[in-house]
Amino acid sequence: MKILVCLSNVPDTTSKINFTDGDTKFDTNGVQFVINPNDEFGLTRAMWFKEKQGATVHVATVGEASTEPTIRKALAIGADEAIRVNAIPTDGYFVAEQLAEIVKNGEYDLVIAGRESIDFNGGMVPGILASLSGMNFVNTCISLEIEGNNATAIREIDGGKEKISTTLPLVIGGQKGLVAESDLRIPNMRGIMMARQKKLNVVEPISASKATDDVKFEKPAPKGQVKLVDADNIDELINLLHNEAKVI
Amino acid sequence: MSVLVYTESENGKFKKNAHEAASYAYEVAKQMGTTATAISINANEAESLADYGVSKVLNVSNERLKTFNAKAFANVIGQAAQKENAKIIILSSSADTKFLAPILTAQLKAGYVPNVVSAPESTSPFKVKRTVFSNKGFAFTEISSEIKIIGVSNNAFGSIENKTTATVESFDPSLADDLFTTKSIEIDKVVGKATIADADIVVSGGRGLKGPENWGMIEELAEVLGAATACSKPVSDLGWRPHGEHVGQTGKPVASNLYIAIGISGAIQHLAGVSSSKVKVVINTDPEAPFFKAADYGIVGDAFEVVPKLIEKLKEFKAQNA
Repeated sequence: MKILVCLSNVPDTTSKINFTDGDTKFDTNGVQFVINPNDEFGLTRAMWFKEKQGATVHVATVGEASTEPTIRKALAIGADEAIRVNAIPTDGYFVAEQLAEIVKNGEYDLVIAGRESIDFNGGMVPGILASLSGMNFVNTCISLEIEGNNATAIREIDGGKEKISTTLPLVIGGQKGLVAESDLRIPNMRGIMMARQKKLNVVEPISASKATDDVKFEKPAPKGQVKLVDADNIDELINLLHNEAKVI
Repeated sequence: MSVLVYTESENGKFKKNAHEAASYAYEVAKQMGTTATAISINANEAESLADYGVSKVLNVSNERLKTFNAKAFANVIGQAAQKENAKIIILSSSADTKFLAPILTAQLKAGYVPNVVSAPESTSPFKVKRTVFSNKGFAFTEISSEIKIIGVSNNAFGSIENKTTATVESFDPSLADDLFTTKSIEIDKVVGKATIADADIVVSGGRGLKGPENWGMIEELAEVLGAATACSKPVSDLGWRPHGEHVGQTGKPVASNLYIAIGISGAIQHLAGVSSSKVKVVINTDPEAPFFKAADYGIVGDAFEVVPKLIEKLKEFKAQNA
């Protein structure tokens, strides 16, 4: 089985978000970039397929050279080979088209991407990629088993979960649950050394469409002061929620 | 050229987000001088959408679409868009709709913008406001493609009544077998309880509750309020509560009217995930907990003393206001 894990290079979850250039750009100043958490759960599941079922695992990202530390980390965790499409990931459709080209050339059986990136939250790359590549697709996937050509996936739905059976080739939009948080791996020294020897292919983007454009950003309005209620005065809280906030 | 809206239903009944999406579609249609048309799949009372400004409903009734199937549903919506020559399609933010949205996007070669929180800023260029960075910011996004798909955030634009009259037309899409290559085997869903996605109130517990055995009072509080239960990331990582209850940046987003955080300190990732909730209440022993800076109302106190009292007082309140 040949697996492609799609990685997005995103600000660490603890990052404070600021904008620059007249609020037209995300301010990367002082921001630590990491593998998108939803993708990292997928990468870790791919490692399981590699170790237990002998799968080959490639990783791909669409990004400039500055994303290479994130890709190297994935190689250090155990991916066999990496591909970087040398382009700024301007919107989800554009990224999906680039990845579809890689899928077409690489003949992958399984593509694992995060259900969404935690920066722009588009949540569209895995689904568009699956459609462009003519592959089956399961989103918000929290469990995945592959046997031969058959896949059994569990996806999260509102208020519960659904078990799905399908076949390869398959794209999943993965998230926490594919593996547990405690299964995530920190690269060890040997992995980091080996990653230096692994292939990181840089390819130029294909001409692709861009349907959307973020023209301006805005930070949420600052929050007003919290109203503190005495722990012995629960009636006051209920009064505030009923008469002032009108939510109960 | 009408604005098309997919109005999601469950067991034949329109979901709350269907009314929100319909309200949004009406607003866009009004701005563009056209009307809103809904596509509904196996829903009863299709004409009720007229309350939210929908003037035409394409009503699909098909046994093969009894269970949700993203590819098939996306295809049906695409066929409806083609039939109506719709250039703008409005979707909700449910798990199912976010599943089908990218498939529809590829099928129509559309521009798709999810997580939209308000009516379009302008229709030429078509510009909408959406959340980015897991609610830590907003983007104003222009869509330049001919066909535009907008995913409306839960509980953001809201349900707005605009009574009109609707014609209901039955719509019989063609369903090729290759749309059904993923099959639902089993659905495990809590019935009769509010879900985090559509609850008006969410009651959430954190590590301050000390262990899973103490969740009885969280559940009781939720029951009194008709609320959904949720938890912080550490609680789900420790296995005290199921993953599906984890809310925050890497878990589920919350956009309820009221969010009550009990024993949750308020890490930046958690606050991001719940920031779309309109009113936030925090109960925590530590007055320095970051959540107090993000909340509207707070009680500095021990959850084990405050929550039982709150349950009792709320029961009295509910009895008086029933």
